[in-house]
Amino acid sequence: MEKRQTRGGWQQAKSLLPSGKYLMSGNEACAEGALVAGCKFFAGYPITPASEIGETLAKRILEVGGVFKQMEDEISAIGAVLGASWAGEKTMTATSGPGFSLMIENIGFADMTEMPCVIINVQRGGPSTGMPTKPSSSDIMMARYGCHGGTPHIALCPSDVQECYDLTIKAFNLSEKYRSPVIVLSDASLAHLREPLKIKSKVKIFDRIYEKGKQHFGPTKDFSAPSMPTPTDGEFLMTTGSAHNEWGVRNTFEPKGYEKLIWHLEKKISLSKELTDTEEFMTKDASQIVIAYGFTGRMAREAVANARLEGKKIGLIRLKIVWPFPETIIKKYEEQCQEFIVPEMNQGQLHNVVNQCVTDKTKTAVTSLAQPNGELINSEQIFEYLTKKTWGTRK
Amino acid sequence: MSKELRQKYLRTNKTTFCLGCGYEIFINCFLRANEELGIEFQKTIFVSGIGCAAWIPSPYFRAETLHTTHGRPLAFATGIRLVRPKNRIVVISGDGDLVTIGGNHLIHSARRNLPMSVFCMNNSIYAMTGGQAGATTPKGAITSTDMEGNKESPFDLIKLVLASGANFASRYPVAFPRQMVEGIKKNLMAGEKKFAFTEIVSVCPTQFGEKNNFKSPGQMLKKQKESGIISGEFENLEEYLKLEKLYEATQLCTFQVIG
Repeated sequence: MEKRQTRGGWQQAKSLLPSGKYLMSGNEACAEGALVAGCKFFAGYPITPASEIGETLAKRILEVGGVFKQMEDEISAIGAVLGASWAGEKTMTATSGPGFSLMIENIGFADMTEMPCVIINVQRGGPSTGMPTKPSSSDIMMARYGCHGGTPHIALCPSDVQECYDLTIKAFNLSEKYRSPVIVLSDASLAHLREPLKIKSKVKIFDRIYEKGKQHFGPTKDFSAPSMPTPTDGEFLMTTGSAHNEWGVRNTFEPKGYEKLIWHLEKKISLSKELTDTEEFMTKDASQIVIAYGFTGRMAREAVANARLEGKKIGLIRLKIVWPFPETIIKKYEEQCQEFIVPEMNQGQLHNVVNQCVTDKTKTAVTSLAQPNGELINSEQIFEYLTKKTWGTRK
Repeated sequence: MSKELRQKYLRTNKTTFCLGCGYEIFINCFLRANEELGIEFQKTIFVSGIGCAAWIPSPYFRAETLHTTHGRPLAFATGIRLVRPKNRIVVISGDGDLVTIGGNHLIHSARRNLPMSVFCMNNSIYAMTGGQAGATTPKGAITSTDMEGNKESPFDLIKLVLASGANFASRYPVAFPRQMVEGIKKNLMAGEKKFAFTEIVSVCPTQFGEKNNFKSPGQMLKKQKESGIISGEFENLEEYLKLEKLYEATQLCTFQVIG
């Protein structure tokens, strides 16, 4: 009998920088997080405001024996990233809205072939060239589906520099564990904000699991990610973006097999209970709850704390993982809560999702505090709404 | 193709190519070249895009195959090359895939000159989608998108790749299989050190032949044979004949070896 070969799973990794406090920008923190998580390949294309991630990695990735490559466009950047990921390395790219739009097709390829990779989307005002230097949260819905085929993605939203670091590590872990592309939604203001960052000496990281002889692709029985061989394992990998069976054999006519594959890709992410990460702040007795994410999340926190001082029963749910959307948490607070307030730097993309989750809209209102003007939503604005019910944005 | 070759290198005995397709000649020649060089497929990585030609490695070759999105195999191959320096990387894809939609990646890959073997299967037309014109369709050829004849000039792939910075480029029509085997061998050896590009001028009787008054696949191959010249002879031609032959080359026919 052949020897059973396995590898992967949870490991302890040493931090590259000595533990302690650092002053870093959001972009630099993303780059450092990637290195700690084990990123060995970065391909990218310069774009404001994401360029510093590539610039930092161009120097730092060589120190860990990795490869940095600047490609001719974002399409080939994600292509090279997926090629290197297929070859067995942890990979990442960083971009902003227009580049993310170009990458979408190959992100769909990563969905179909269950290829792990991390995409950092430093959001800026769109559509098109939009406001390249201004922050925005307008790629939220695009990160949710984006590609044709409608397979869901995992998307994380950091709200400070510390989370840029932590959530990038988490993004790598999730992408390796679920064999799925993971999107980190930073934004232009967070990218260039310098803040203290605490680095611990040890980090838990996850490496993709490989078991010799096991099926290479979905569908799996329990909707978990299948084992992932590399081309050097000698398994004669057949990887295709076409519909395929569990060994990668093309199967483009048979409805049953295709449906199974699609449900596998869907349920791999939507059924997982691990994919919820929220901060619940003063929600226990709250009758009004602010739901926020990203940079708006930290502003909302301040506003909620100030409103509490005024005696208002207000709480905050801050989403660190935006997709898959934590419906259960909305359901949990629906009974006690008269109003969900969703401040966003877009036209109200997440507001629509929260609205869908609320069953009785006569009892619980869902208010959108939308500000798609390229300016940050500051805590005073949210505070003003919480106390005086006025929202001072141009409409 | 001999039984031994098939058993050694192929996953299946059957292919889905049309009757008279030039790609099966290429498969035969390619496997023969590998056999003669003693290359095992265990350490070879095949990358292909979308289209008829992309089906050559995936699913037929018993190797590590990656069947990517339309036009992007060179981008994927670049990523693989950078993290797997020891494996042989072979990109086999069509003209529509590598040159028309993926033209940007082609010139940049040639400029980067990373070691890989690239075979561009040129059948002068988009065959899988029903015979539309592409950037390699000869001027005047009838396609399903231009019944009066293609109005645009085609790319000369050899010139394009060489101008972009690569220093190995060759062209072989499928009508000359023996020379093609030698050409593939040269490419595979060069591909260990640099960006080696070979255009295989193929025939598509189903889409191109039928629309352009070729009565049979054999007639298409015959036309290739008549107008094709080997590289040594090409060098000795008069200047004005050279130009004529180069023009013919874009009309499905000439072959020359550079590099």
